[in-house]
Amino acid sequence: MSEILVLVDHVDGAVRKPTLELLTLARRLGEPSAVLLGGGDATADLAAKLGEYGAAKVYAADAPEFADYLVVPKVDAMEQVAKTASPAAVLVTASGEGKEVAARLALRLGSGVITDAVDVEAGEGGPVATQSVFAASFTVKSQVTKGVPVITVKPNATSPEPAAAAGAVEAVSVSFSEAATGVKVTARSPKVSSGRPELTEAAIVVSGGRGVGAADGFKVVEELADSLGAAVGASRAAVDAGWYPHSNQVGQTGKTVSPQLYIANGISGAIQHRAGMQTSKTVVAVNKDEEAPIFELVDFGVVGDLFQVLPQLTEEIKTRKG
Amino acid sequence: MSLRIVVCVKYVPDATGDRRFAEDTTTDRESVDGLLSELDEYAVEQSLRIAEASGDAEVTVLTVGPDDAKDALRKALSMGADKAVHVNDDDIHGTDAIGTSAILAKAIEETGYDLVVCGMASTDGTGAIVPALLAERLGVPGATLLDEVTVADGKVTGRREGDAASESVEAALPAVVSVTDRSGEARYPSFKGIMAAKKKPVQSLDLDDLGIEADEVGLAGAWTKVADVTARPPRTKGEIVTDEGEGGKQLAAFLAAQKFI
Repeated sequence: MSEILVLVDHVDGAVRKPTLELLTLARRLGEPSAVLLGGGDATADLAAKLGEYGAAKVYAADAPEFADYLVVPKVDAMEQVAKTASPAAVLVTASGEGKEVAARLALRLGSGVITDAVDVEAGEGGPVATQSVFAASFTVKSQVTKGVPVITVKPNATSPEPAAAAGAVEAVSVSFSEAATGVKVTARSPKVSSGRPELTEAAIVVSGGRGVGAADGFKVVEELADSLGAAVGASRAAVDAGWYPHSNQVGQTGKTVSPQLYIANGISGAIQHRAGMQTSKTVVAVNKDEEAPIFELVDFGVVGDLFQVLPQLTEEIKTRKG
Repeated sequence: MSLRIVVCVKYVPDATGDRRFAEDTTTDRESVDGLLSELDEYAVEQSLRIAEASGDAEVTVLTVGPDDAKDALRKALSMGADKAVHVNDDDIHGTDAIGTSAILAKAIEETGYDLVVCGMASTDGTGAIVPALLAERLGVPGATLLDEVTVADGKVTGRREGDAASESVEAALPAVVSVTDRSGEARYPSFKGIMAAKKKPVQSLDLDDLGIEADEVGLAGAWTKVADVTARPPRTKGEIVTDEGEGGKQLAAFLAAQKFI
C-alpha cells in the first residue's frame, strides 16, 4: 500500500490531537508513516502513541536545529524523507508553522499544495481535499495535479480513531541546508497555560463579545467553558476593547475554529466573526438583541441577558454532570 | 545605501460583500468591490515604521493583479509608500499561490530589496503561504507571523506568538518577514498623503518583462485544480427561545439532547 507521510506536531512530550486526526485521515489514502522531528527523550513514547493511531513507520530525527531555527530545518527533514520514501501524499496540520513547512516542501518537490482542508478523501488521480472558503459560504473540492500532493488540514477535520500499527522507529539523520539557520530563535518563553484546551483544537468553544460588557464579564463565559471542558474565544469587539487577549480572538483576523459546538455569547455575528466560526458543527447563541444576525445561523438561540442565562446554564450542566 | 523595502499587497474582494466564484472557479472580481486586503495594511504600516526609524529607506509597494488592483497600490501610496510596482497580465488570471510567489519573487528581484514585508494572510484566499514561498524562492531567511518587528544593523528582529510559546527571532538582511494584525494599527491616509499619492510613480510590468512564460502561471499552469465549488446551503434557522427565567435550563436541555452534556 502506498505510504502517506504525516508531519507530527508535538509539545511537551505529547502528540497533539490534530496529528492523530491526520493519521486517521491518512488511513483513507494509504499506509500512514509519521515524521517525528525533535522528539528527544520522548521519541519512543511518541512513536508508541503514533503507532496506536496507525503509523506503520515513524521516521525520527533529532537535532538542535529543529528548536533553534524557524521552519526550514523541518522542511529539510521532510524533503529528505519524502525523496527516499516516495509517498503518495503528505499531510501537515494547518497551523502557522505547518502551512509554511508544507508550502516550502511542495515547492522543493515540484508539487502542488492545498491549504486548510477540512476533509480529505481518496479519489481518482489522488486525494481530494475539501476546503471551506469565503467565510464558509462555499465548499471547494480540489486536487493537486503536479507532484506529490501536499495538503494541510485544519484541526477537527475528523475525530481521531485508534488503529494499531507497528509504529516502528526508523532513525533519520538530516543534512541541513544552508538556509536552515536563516532565522534564529533567540529566546522562547512558554505561555502560561490557562488549563483549557487550545482554541483551534477544542471540541467545544465558548465565546464572548461586545455584550459581555467588560473584562470582568468574561468570568461567566469562563465558568461556562470550564463546566464543559471548553476553550474560551472572544470576538474582535471584545479583544479591541481590551477585555480578553488577542490570542483568543475568533474571526477573519483571529483564529478560525471548527468545533463540534460553538456557544456565542453577546456576539452579534458580523461577517468578520462568522468567518472564524461558521464551520462549527452546532452553533448556539445567547444575545439580548433578537435581531442579532448570529441567530440566523444557530441551531438553538436564547434571547436574553447572558448574565442571567449563562450562570443558570453552568449550574444546570454541573447538576446534570453530577 | 538606503534600505530598500518591498511590501507585497493583494487586492481582494471586500469581505463584507457577497463573495463568490466565477464560472471558471476563480474568484469573481466583478460582482463585489475590491480593496487593499485589510491584513496587508499592517504590512504597509510596519514598512513605513521601519523606513521612518531607519531615516534612509525607500518603500516600494508591489502587487500582482488586474487593472483595478491599482486601487490597492494607491491606498498604500497614500499611506506613505514611495513608489509602486504593478504586475498585470491577462495570462496571470487563475494563478495559484505557488505561481503567484514565482511572479512576486521575480518582481522583487527586479525592483531590488533588502527587506520584503508581507501581511500574515490574504482575506480572500487565507492560505498564508506566500511569504514562506517568497523566502524559499529568493533564498533568504523568512521570519514570519511577527507581532513586533525591528530592523537595525543589517538584521531584522521580531517576536512571534506560537501556540505554546512566545519566541524572539533574528535574521540577517536581506530577508522576508510577515506581520500579524497585532503588529500595530495601520494609519489612515491623510488628505496630504492622498494628494501626494497621485504624483508617485507606478511601474507596470507584464510577464514578458519578468521573463516568465505564460504557461508557467494562470489556471493552466497551476499545480492544483478545483474540481467542484458548491455554495454552502444556508443554515436552517434553529429554535429561538426568549428567556423568561428558564433560558439557561432550556439551553442545557438542548445541549443534553445533542449529547454535549
